[in-house]
Amino acid sequence: MEHAIEVKDLTKNYGEITAVNHINFEVRKGEIFGFLGPNGAGKTTTIRILTGVIKPDGGSATIMGYNIFKETLKAKQIISVVPEMANAYIDLTAWQNLMFIGELYGVPKKERQERARRLLKEFGLYERRNHLARGFSKGMKQKLILGMALLTEPQVLFLDEPTTGLDVESARRIRDTIRQRNRDGTTIFLSTHNMEEASQLCDRIAIINHGKIAAIDNPENLRMKSSGLKSVEVSFNKPVSTNELSKIPNVTEAKKVGDKIRLYTDEPHSVINSLIDYTRSKGLTVISLNTLAPTLEDVFIKLIKEHKGD
Amino acid sequence: MLKYLFLEQLKRAFAIAKKDLRIYYKRGPVLIYGLITPFFLFLAFFIGRNVPIQQLFSGLIGISVFFSSMSIGPAIVPFEARSRTLERLASTPVSVWALFIGDVIASFLYGLLISIVPLVIGLIFGVNIVEPLILCLGIILAAFCFASFGILLSAYPPTDIPATVMMISTLVKFPLVFISGVFIPILEMPDWGRIIASFSPLTYFTDLVNYCTHGSSYYSVFVDFAALVGFTLLFLIVAIKIHEKTLPERLS
Repeated sequence: MEHAIEVKDLTKNYGEITAVNHINFEVRKGEIFGFLGPNGAGKTTTIRILTGVIKPDGGSATIMGYNIFKETLKAKQIISVVPEMANAYIDLTAWQNLMFIGELYGVPKKERQERARRLLKEFGLYERRNHLARGFSKGMKQKLILGMALLTEPQVLFLDEPTTGLDVESARRIRDTIRQRNRDGTTIFLSTHNMEEASQLCDRIAIINHGKIAAIDNPENLRMKSSGLKSVEVSFNKPVSTNELSKIPNVTEAKKVGDKIRLYTDEPHSVINSLIDYTRSKGLTVISLNTLAPTLEDVFIKLIKEHKGD
Repeated sequence: MLKYLFLEQLKRAFAIAKKDLRIYYKRGPVLIYGLITPFFLFLAFFIGRNVPIQQLFSGLIGISVFFSSMSIGPAIVPFEARSRTLERLASTPVSVWALFIGDVIASFLYGLLISIVPLVIGLIFGVNIVEPLILCLGIILAAFCFASFGILLSAYPPTDIPATVMMISTLVKFPLVFISGVFIPILEMPDWGRIIASFSPLTYFTDLVNYCTHGSSYYSVFVDFAALVGFTLLFLIVAIKIHEKTLPERLS
């Protein structure tokens, strides 16, 4: 078995709205698979189907070979989830929350206590283990929720927007944990809005929009495939009109970005030559000049726009 | 294998019950609708009336077990949906039936614990219990039956507002108290009243308590037990079926 997750023709309708529209993809064992899409694209619905929370209207899905609809309990036993907007039980202590989850997964008492101690120490929550989660900050709560998911030592971990709304330090700690668990062999299914996060963490990325998969590839290939998204970023000693620069041959779009101007093109070298001629003719001095590969965000926006046009 | 799976799921149901009891027993709606309301209802009905304690006892026990066993159950699912813990729970390897049996067990244990209070009060005031074993069995069965009823009441509509469910459950509970022989003995009811009373599970419990304290009852002990078992199964099956259907709606 090569794939941790196999999704075939998965469909889910809510009345007349098709939230997930005949999607197909596989997640390889041991990879971090990113699931990107705008709000309402079908990310959370897909995760809810794959974690056995809701039933689809069509298609099939297997987790480590278990059919999630026919062997639901077996599949659920080897996965863990950090749902979007999930909460720990705020009227239970951090320790009680972890013990409760351990009991639900049938983790033996001694083992769950040992794992809970280790996880609380790892997340810096051990000193507050006997405090109610009610008093925890958002970052602490999210770490506790991730701890609850990791206590069961899942083979596949689903994370739905795990760092949304967190401070930089907490988000970094969670990303480090995701990397570490992945190195230990856990397959990660990560839904995120954060392109930088997806770019840093994921081996492959699927972009979903209007319930359909728009693209699946590794982040580098997605960037390379995107023509028209390369750019030259330039700043001058004097203000320059973006309108004038957009008239330079091979420039498809000129955009002001802070104190710089970004020129989108398929031929950066030709644009650089034209820019040098332009600065000489106008008596300007170039302060900085960089060529930029497309960011994942650029690719994402382009794919979403293309998809809307379909 | 099946037996192992069943026992494993039951173990997980107990974990859910433990969590429920830790969290919900002190919640406002549970205290108001489970303890305070029946207490004042009882006082309002019996204060100033010259009714001997032996006669009051079945009503007191009936109201206590009925209200307290149904106090936690209806609140749990809407609270969990509102506090965003339900989705996490739904993704764990726990069957839907085990999930709700856990809630039933919590309500049942709470009802059982609360019912000790009127039992002790009755004994202190000299209530004579002629069939203590049947009374104990009856309280256990009735608490389980009413706890299942509470879970059924939270099944529809699939709301995340606990007060809505508590209000609906109160609307159902109050009429049942008046038609179940708690305040007016079944024998004193008109024929149509007796027919209506036969549709309430509380009727069979108060009848059973009457048998245990007076030695006589309207129905036979067997009918009382059979009806309570029947109602329990009916409430459980229907509640689990409806919850299975409405669970996804609560998450959206």
